[in-house]
Amino acid sequence: MNRFLAGILVLALAALVSTDATAAEVAVRAKTIYTMEGDPITDGVVVIRDGKIAAVGAAGSVNIPSDAKVYDAEIVTPGLIDTHATVGLTGILNQKQDQDQLEHSEPIQPQLRAIDAYNAHDPLVAWVRQFGVTTVHTGHAPGELVSGQTMIIKTRGNTVNDGLVRETAAVAVTLAKSARKHGDKSPGTRGKMMSMLREALIETQTYMRKRESDDPEKKADRDFKKEVLASVLRKEVPLMVTAHRANDIANAFRLAKEFDFRLILDGAAESHLMIDEIKAAGVPVILHPMMARYYGDLENASMETAAILRDAGILVGMQSGFEGYVPKTRVVLFEAAIAAANGLGLEGALRTITIDAAKILEIDDRVGSIAVGKDGDLAFFDGDPFEYTTHCVGVLIDGQFEPGETYKQID
Amino acid sequence: MRRFWILLFTLVVIGGVSRSTLAEESTTAFVGAKIIPIVGDEIERGVLIVKGGKIVEVRATDDRKFADGTEVVDVSGKVLMPGIICTHSHIGGVGGGDGSGPLHPEVRIYDAINVRSSGFRRAVAGGLTTLNIMPGSGHLLSGQTVYVKLREARTIEDMFIMLKDGRIAGGMKMANGTNSQRGKPFPGTRGKSASLVREMFVAAQEYRDKLAKAGDDEKKRPDRDLGKEFLIEVLEGRRVVHHHTHRNDDIITVLRLANEFGFRVVLHHVSEGWMVADEIAEAGAPCSILIIDSPGGKIEARNLIFETGAILEKAGVLTAFHTDDWITDSRVFLRMAALGVRAGMSRQKALEALTMAGAKILELDDRIGSLEPNKDADFVVLDGDPFSVYTKVLQTYVEGEKVFDRSDPEDHLHAVGGFGAGHDQEPYLCCREHEDD
Ligand SMILES: [Zn+2]
Ligand SMILES: [Zn+2]
Repeated sequence: MNRFLAGILVLALAALVSTDATAAEVAVRAKTIYTMEGDPITDGVVVIRDGKIAAVGAAGSVNIPSDAKVYDAEIVTPGLIDTHATVGLTGILNQKQDQDQLEHSEPIQPQLRAIDAYNAHDPLVAWVRQFGVTTVHTGHAPGELVSGQTMIIKTRGNTVNDGLVRETAAVAVTLAKSARKHGDKSPGTRGKMMSMLREALIETQTYMRKRESDDPEKKADRDFKKEVLASVLRKEVPLMVTAHRANDIANAFRLAKEFDFRLILDGAAESHLMIDEIKAAGVPVILHPMMARYYGDLENASMETAAILRDAGILVGMQSGFEGYVPKTRVVLFEAAIAAANGLGLEGALRTITIDAAKILEIDDRVGSIAVGKDGDLAFFDGDPFEYTTHCVGVLIDGQFEPGETYKQID
Repeated sequence: MRRFWILLFTLVVIGGVSRSTLAEESTTAFVGAKIIPIVGDEIERGVLIVKGGKIVEVRATDDRKFADGTEVVDVSGKVLMPGIICTHSHIGGVGGGDGSGPLHPEVRIYDAINVRSSGFRRAVAGGLTTLNIMPGSGHLLSGQTVYVKLREARTIEDMFIMLKDGRIAGGMKMANGTNSQRGKPFPGTRGKSASLVREMFVAAQEYRDKLAKAGDDEKKRPDRDLGKEFLIEVLEGRRVVHHHTHRNDDIITVLRLANEFGFRVVLHHVSEGWMVADEIAEAGAPCSILIIDSPGGKIEARNLIFETGAILEKAGVLTAFHTDDWITDSRVFLRMAALGVRAGMSRQKALEALTMAGAKILELDDRIGSLEPNKDADFVVLDGDPFSVYTKVLQTYVEGEKVFDRSDPEDHLHAVGGFGAGHDQEPYLCCREHEDD
């Protein structure tokens, strides 16, 4: 607790000194810096200028500008990335009007944009930020065949326009039980799910041909649903397929083979049974939360899957996922911690929420590691980031400070 | 664990000895571990001696003088702590009262437990040895709860804890707030919820008085009323009410009703308990709490915070943690207390909240909750500090019998998951759709 308070104090003082929110230079001194670009640096310094990382290295080798805001921390990591969340759409209250992650009127709605549904002020955005999460891949949730789009955004900002990293990050597809309907509604079965997806993609292929036609008679009218799927077929936007069962994962690969789109496998509870197929397909895996409930489609999930996939050379990202009930959002730091304790180790687990997450989302030119030229996104901890009794004592997002965990003081 | 059964079966067939006499015959000393006895200081290198399913000695030294025939188990470098107690669990695919009405005092949850549910395997993998298994919170009163030991079991009877008066240990599950509010015959408002509960208890009081008046006169006795028979146990303080309650005013309502009818109550969840901690302390009501990784998800949990344990500790409230399994996974139950420490709880109170506090809440503290002579030999072998994420539960013992061993491949599977680890139904939580609204 003392260490924690001391950390808070240092940060508070530092924040006091720096009233200029747009101050150009920030420096961070830390006992250990996990840059994710090689070995951790002991007694290191990071300098951020105009929101970008300007220098990183051992103390003494990096000059701290005299007018820089200076923060001290035990442990510094890159700002954490949640590879798949619904935060900002799944509001903190389970009122229907506060839940914008799933639209049930039709099973295939790729046109639904995450940017039109994101509430930057939902308390859960700040909630995950206090645990070091600075970037989230968020949007429409698993639960409809094509539930809509996802986006990538920093966890700081007044509106969705602030800190938006990518407007359309993926189109979300669900090949899992949660998207199957009862009664006379479709899709009711696996076979129907696949046929509906194939139909939609084949219609999109036809549409793309007709849009290219020079003959005004034959040229198709603009169809903005199909435009989104066309961007998938042109490989501009990946299809993120949530599939847990081995046979559903196989279905995702069959579909990707037929239509040649960029596939990201999501959830993937039985991916430990599909190692060869995943490697052959060359796709990354955004793995289910380690503390997700191991029921239904997830009954064969394992806390060791992340390590199994890593050992097979498969790129793994960790996610907070989607919860229909409680907790309204999981915290990706806590989920990666369980993977750390079950074979991945500290640095391996850290990769799943920093550099490897950034690679999967193709934002590693901006975030995911502490390297010159990248965004000034850092997380400060007062100990091993994954230990239950450690605290995140603050984050920097584009060089701007936001507080970490704050608890009511009990004397 | 399968090996254990084969062994036991063989012994039973050959020798005709029961498991309990087997345990009675042997004395086992666990030597060299750090011991966290909960009652008393932590012991850096100690000895735990077990005989006949009971703890016979806890030594604060590492000396190895034992009675002849003592089996010595070297647990150097390991950590021993009492078996973990969960004061609120839904393991076993349970379903209590159904959708026909809001009050089901006659329903026994132990009629609805599948002891072969893999949830039990996961629970022992988390170091749990005693559970309070309860029906859900979709009713004002969803039925009776049962306290169980996680012994190897063929039927639920094998897990029972028998009280001195011959009854099966357990409580009564009640709830207020939003979960039980919906269409008729369920209440639509908080006022109606309280009035239905008061009406039920008034009727039980009248029934009790009629029984008392009739005395031994069979003719004057009212007809048997299954629900009211159990409500009388509640009114007489022989059956504790475990009350789901989140919002600050709902908590106060529970205390008001407990005061009116004189029943003893444990407050469960108390998401807003931190707002009324002094009132809870003054009423002397213990709390059974959980930490969820974020607030919200249901409107009453909007103000759930990690500090509730710390605030209740400061107010002097007896506080235990619970998994609410399947809400949180029993395998990571230690984590919850560690998060309590993260948010300001003392190490000692957080450890007690997994053990002794739960034992007191279940009124089993003469048998479980600490490593002390004459208590049940329920304990856990860890490979590190209980509050480290990297620590694993290596073995779990119930009454001296090993019920979990991480080095056994099948047990390992249940500890981490994987293909074949489970094929269970979700527990029946009446009104879950409603809760989703
Ligand atoms: Zn409850
Ligand atoms: Zn519950």
